[in-house]
Amino acid sequence: MSIEPLLTARGLVKRYGRVTALNQADFDLYPGEILAVIGDNGAGKSSLIKAISGAVTPDEGEIRLDGKPVQFRSPIEARAAGIETVYQNLALSPALSIADNMFLGREIRKPGFMGKWLRMLDRAAMEKRARDKLSELGLMTIQNIGQAVETLSGGQRQGVAVARAAAFGSKMIILDEPTAALGVKESRRVLELILDVKRRGLPIVLISHNMPHVFEVADRIHIHRLGRRLCVIDPKQYTMSDAVAFMTGAKTPPEELIAA
Amino acid sequence: MTDAPANAARPQEFETVLSGSDKTVANFDTQTRTPVEKVQHFLHSNPAAVPLIVLIASLVVFAVLVGGKFFSAFSMTLILQQVAIVGVIGAAQTLVVLTAGIDLSVGAIMVLSSVVMGQFTFRYGLPPVLSILCGFGVGALCGWINGTLVARVKLPPFIVTLGMWQIILATNFLYSANETIRSQDIEAQAPILQLFGDTFKVGNAVFTYGVIAMVLLVLLLWYVLNHTAWGRHVYAIGDDPAAAELAGVRVKHTLVSVYVIAGLICSLGGWLLIGRIGSVSPTAGQFANIESITAVVIGGISLFGGRGSILGMLFGALIVGVFSLGLRLIGTDPQWTYLLIGTLIIVAVAVDQWIRKVAG
Repeated sequence: MSIEPLLTARGLVKRYGRVTALNQADFDLYPGEILAVIGDNGAGKSSLIKAISGAVTPDEGEIRLDGKPVQFRSPIEARAAGIETVYQNLALSPALSIADNMFLGREIRKPGFMGKWLRMLDRAAMEKRARDKLSELGLMTIQNIGQAVETLSGGQRQGVAVARAAAFGSKMIILDEPTAALGVKESRRVLELILDVKRRGLPIVLISHNMPHVFEVADRIHIHRLGRRLCVIDPKQYTMSDAVAFMTGAKTPPEELIAA
Repeated sequence: MTDAPANAARPQEFETVLSGSDKTVANFDTQTRTPVEKVQHFLHSNPAAVPLIVLIASLVVFAVLVGGKFFSAFSMTLILQQVAIVGVIGAAQTLVVLTAGIDLSVGAIMVLSSVVMGQFTFRYGLPPVLSILCGFGVGALCGWINGTLVARVKLPPFIVTLGMWQIILATNFLYSANETIRSQDIEAQAPILQLFGDTFKVGNAVFTYGVIAMVLLVLLLWYVLNHTAWGRHVYAIGDDPAAAELAGVRVKHTLVSVYVIAGLICSLGGWLLIGRIGSVSPTAGQFANIESITAVVIGGISLFGGRGSILGMLFGALIVGVFSLGLRLIGTDPQWTYLLIGTLIIVAVAVDQWIRKVAG
């Protein structure tokens, strides 16, 4: 490909005691694409994603964002660089409202004296932006944005988490198993949401075990095996059983893919 | 699994029926609720409502049973005076409990601060104002040690503050040599130490500055908890610290600040304590930690963190005050007060559990 990757990782190594979770792993994400990451349990998908999202710091290796080397020591630093992650557990606070959750850690304060000296939050502005974002993503008709997140269904919570990422992610969004806990209909909405975010030009990293979902939305599929990138395949040229075979080691991918 | 070639963005075959499905799924639930559910929802979104209702009900009951002697401006303000210290210490406890912690050392920090305020003035001859600042410094230091052990060393708050309770109390006795500073001496040489014991009258109502300070403190913390980012972070940490961390809250930093602020509030409590008892006594305020936890629990603040309102804590403290005074005026054995308060604690937690089911 001639276009420059948005984010590249080379030779990432992460060890936990005597377990090597990442063994010289590489990763590339191109602008505007949906890249699926698949792999068996224990292949190191989560460690790879955590290294990119700042939740863990790799022992070795280099990550470059827009060609510049970056080192994230926390998710907050990765977010500041424009990388938003929707974690599998969603990272929402159940007792707080939808708006409070969307702005957690980056609250808007009132202008002027109230905000500067009394540190008062601008609830109205936050609620308006939260409502706009949710309806812009066609996610839900909001009756009460001040509603506690714990009163929402699983799909609605997922929607809030994705909307939060889409609202603040300026470079890329990482989605960890976004459809794992959802029913058929809610999964469909989330997939539509993913395509919608892609249409806005944001590249997405999608981690999933659901092969039909992966093959439906992904532009490229990164297959992770034994702590490293085994190959990257085009979902239009390979079948789901090929992907599963590569992933589990039943088949060896062709040489040219390994080089890619 | 059949291997159909992948079609970008075309629904799976089994999903095609979804076009005919009910589209209302994403709506927020607006079904009609039974009256009980409505009550449950109301209480869920207004955590201070239960203690307020109980407070009003107990006021009415005692007003009927005892009559005008109880339901007078004088008695009402007497209750306020009696709960001022519990209210202040309860405010500190509220902050810690909201983060899903507990602080058993609040009473000890209060007493040590009051001893420092007194001894620094009388033993070292420091200006009283400076001694008071030193007292606040000691409170903040104790809180910082608590917070660091909880947030950075990751010890359970119960254990940390159980240990610190003993350590601070022992320090207090060792440092003060079990010596009380007499009220007359303070009045003559450092009246500012007794500032919060000073009273003023509005008709028959008698207020101390301590009462005013307590109410202002609770209102201030209510504002901070509900209308600043720091306050929202306190709730988020109590709810789910891992989620808060991933969402971008500086969990450790915020936790340490919670314990430091709790320590500072306990020092304020120590200052109030001098005003309340007149003297500086290292043996005062023995039960402040238990009383503050009682106020917090009756006030509907969840010991599991993240839920409740500081106003509830104030109502909880007032409920205890109303029961104590009301039962004393009726002339019963004071043990009845403890029996009823004990019952109330258990009922309050049961009600809390019921309200939380709304989330399920």
